[in-house]
Amino acid sequence: MAKGSIVAGCLAPHPPHLVYAENPPQNEPTSEGGWEQLRWGYERLRESLSKVDHDVLVILSPHWQTYVGTHFLGLPNFEDLSVDPIFPNLFRYSYNLDIDVELSKAIHDKAADAGLAVKMMENPDFRVDYGTITTGHMVNPAFDKPLVVISSNRSRHYYSVEVMQEMMMELGRATRAAILESGKKAVVLASNSLSHRHFTTESDVPEDMSKEHITSHAMHLWDMRIIDYMRTGQAQRIIDEMPEFTEQAIAESDGGGLTWLLSTLTVPSYPAILHGYGTIIGTGNAIVEWPCYLHEEV
Amino acid sequence: MSNPILASYVVPVHPHPLLVPEQNEGWQRLRNAFDEAREQIAQSDADLMIIYSTTWPSIIGHQIQADPNPTWTLVDHDFHDLGSMDYSFRIDADFAEAWNEANHARGLQSRTVAYNGFPIDVGSVVALKLLNPDNAIPAVIVSSNVYANRAETTVLAKACLDVLGSTGKKAVAVTAMSMSNRMFTEFIDAADDKIHSLKDDEWNRKVLEFLEEGRLEDVAQLSRTIHQQIRVQKVVTFKPMWWLSAMNDNRNDLTGRVLAYEALHGAGGAVVHLDPTSNGMGDKEYDEDDVEVYHGERNVLDAEDSDEDNPKPSSDNGPALWDPVEGKGAVNTDSAPKPVGLYPHARRVGDLLYLSGVGPRQPGTNAIPGGPIRDGNGQPLEYDIKAQTRAVVENIARILEEAGSSMDKVVDVTSFLVDMDRDFGGYNEVWAETLGHYGPTRTTLAIRALPTPIAVEMKVIAKI
Repeated sequence: MAKGSIVAGCLAPHPPHLVYAENPPQNEPTSEGGWEQLRWGYERLRESLSKVDHDVLVILSPHWQTYVGTHFLGLPNFEDLSVDPIFPNLFRYSYNLDIDVELSKAIHDKAADAGLAVKMMENPDFRVDYGTITTGHMVNPAFDKPLVVISSNRSRHYYSVEVMQEMMMELGRATRAAILESGKKAVVLASNSLSHRHFTTESDVPEDMSKEHITSHAMHLWDMRIIDYMRTGQAQRIIDEMPEFTEQAIAESDGGGLTWLLSTLTVPSYPAILHGYGTIIGTGNAIVEWPCYLHEEV
Repeated sequence: MSNPILASYVVPVHPHPLLVPEQNEGWQRLRNAFDEAREQIAQSDADLMIIYSTTWPSIIGHQIQADPNPTWTLVDHDFHDLGSMDYSFRIDADFAEAWNEANHARGLQSRTVAYNGFPIDVGSVVALKLLNPDNAIPAVIVSSNVYANRAETTVLAKACLDVLGSTGKKAVAVTAMSMSNRMFTEFIDAADDKIHSLKDDEWNRKVLEFLEEGRLEDVAQLSRTIHQQIRVQKVVTFKPMWWLSAMNDNRNDLTGRVLAYEALHGAGGAVVHLDPTSNGMGDKEYDEDDVEVYHGERNVLDAEDSDEDNPKPSSDNGPALWDPVEGKGAVNTDSAPKPVGLYPHARRVGDLLYLSGVGPRQPGTNAIPGGPIRDGNGQPLEYDIKAQTRAVVENIARILEEAGSSMDKVVDVTSFLVDMDRDFGGYNEVWAETLGHYGPTRTTLAIRALPTPIAVEMKVIAKI
């Protein structure tokens, strides 16, 4: 069997506003658009990924929050209606997605061997979280490639960012090893925002872009600092500064996705491609691609 | 009218007592306690069950479930292997809408949600399925707002009481919450379940001791400490006691009973019954302010309103306003802010004009350019001393103009600052740009407070 590979790693945030603004047939609410900078960024990411052959998308979503270990969707198909509990006015999405259970189980087993607490999720009534669905939709709206969906273990809340990073670095290594052994070509996706301080009110027209901006200058500075590290191939500095970034920017990196992503890519020293940056209800969101296929043997 | 809450309950959020009570003796005791509470509620005259759930976080204020019949199947994100939870609930949608309106009237951000497939949270599902299995009593569910503080959570309860009062309904109040919420982070055998640590257990028992003594408000006012001591910093903090205490008029003399206290994968799960019958006690150990209307930050989208040239109107910047006193020599103008007492804007004596203390409040709106120095709860706020000082000078200019005087005729100024260390530099800079040009004498004093939430006031003597 040919050696598998990670062909690209992506920061692919999941605010449901992006799906809402697209008006896809799967989503019940309709909009007049909005958040174009980010949606155009996703267009560029899709265009970029379309040029790279890949078999599976591996997503870690901060909105499948597990406190007891890391969990993996473990059935071949999930179909249901997803309603965002926080923005139900924007996101009521009928999903039908396939899971690469074989690869999920392989990552699960590698992580277990590494000492992590892991579990396969095999309850057919389980509703997939809206973070997974939003990222899945924005990267591949046809959902014609199978997914591996990994929960966000909240070790940062139980212990510290440092402990979270240790666990997510280990999970990233397990993920990479399982992909390489699988013979499959994978795109790995961390479904999280950067700075994560929300507005606490919503305009009458949610897509009114005259109301959209970062919540504070400090959040902007942190976002730009992290993006600069990404664009200049300084992923290790992101890891190093993750505790301060997570605390001071109330960053969604607390869910472990960004650390896990960088670990799957062996903490890349080559520059990432920034496809787009914008704010959503005050939070900072970047769409970033590490084009592994240009820098690694795939 | 007497308080319409017939009983209050604290119940745990995890699904074990609902789905697999037989797997652990403690889980079974929690289930038995749920059953006892259910029988108590069934025998009450309650028209409504109101649930505040910590497993339904919200961001845009609070959300209130308003689907008359939410029906779906819930699977817990962590404990999916314990089984699925089918639900079909009866919600009092009219009450939900009325509560939402009452929230708005008290200054809160909130909205109702009524969408097919909306995911009712696990805490609410467990509570409703075990306490109200036949939907004998209609329910209302409210979220726990991630960003809410004590004032907002307290006002949320008072708005709910407003609606209970206007509708004449009697209710049971339920908080779906853990005590200590640290679970084991690894998988354990059901038989091995226990409270995660001795510290968590000791704190849980102390909190339950308070509740058994009916000291609900004391527990509420200890919420921040409890959160720091035994709560993992998840999205939602230890807020439900703020809500539950306010629903009970912040009383400390309830009749409490702990029906069960057990571990749920390491977290503290308790079923507690709080009867409004007075136990004869009642002294409060703590005395945080009571709050009637929410004045907090909710205008972040309207950033342009914070511009000093376009301040947000407010009627809440301090004590009641008075019409300025008329009389011999009095000088008053509509273009200056109304006084906060019985005095004129200025008084003319001979060829001199004596101005009452002038602050930065804006005529008409009473808004404070640069922002107030504290919120309605007395909590300090960031403010712009230069914007406030400019507004003071502009108010002075308007009063002088009304009297036929002008800035270049100002003779002497006494300035009052509430924070000399912080503000003297900014104040002095604006002074140099404005009044300082004209060369009046000046004295600057540090004082403890002014009657309105402002940082600077000036007392002026000018020639006419």
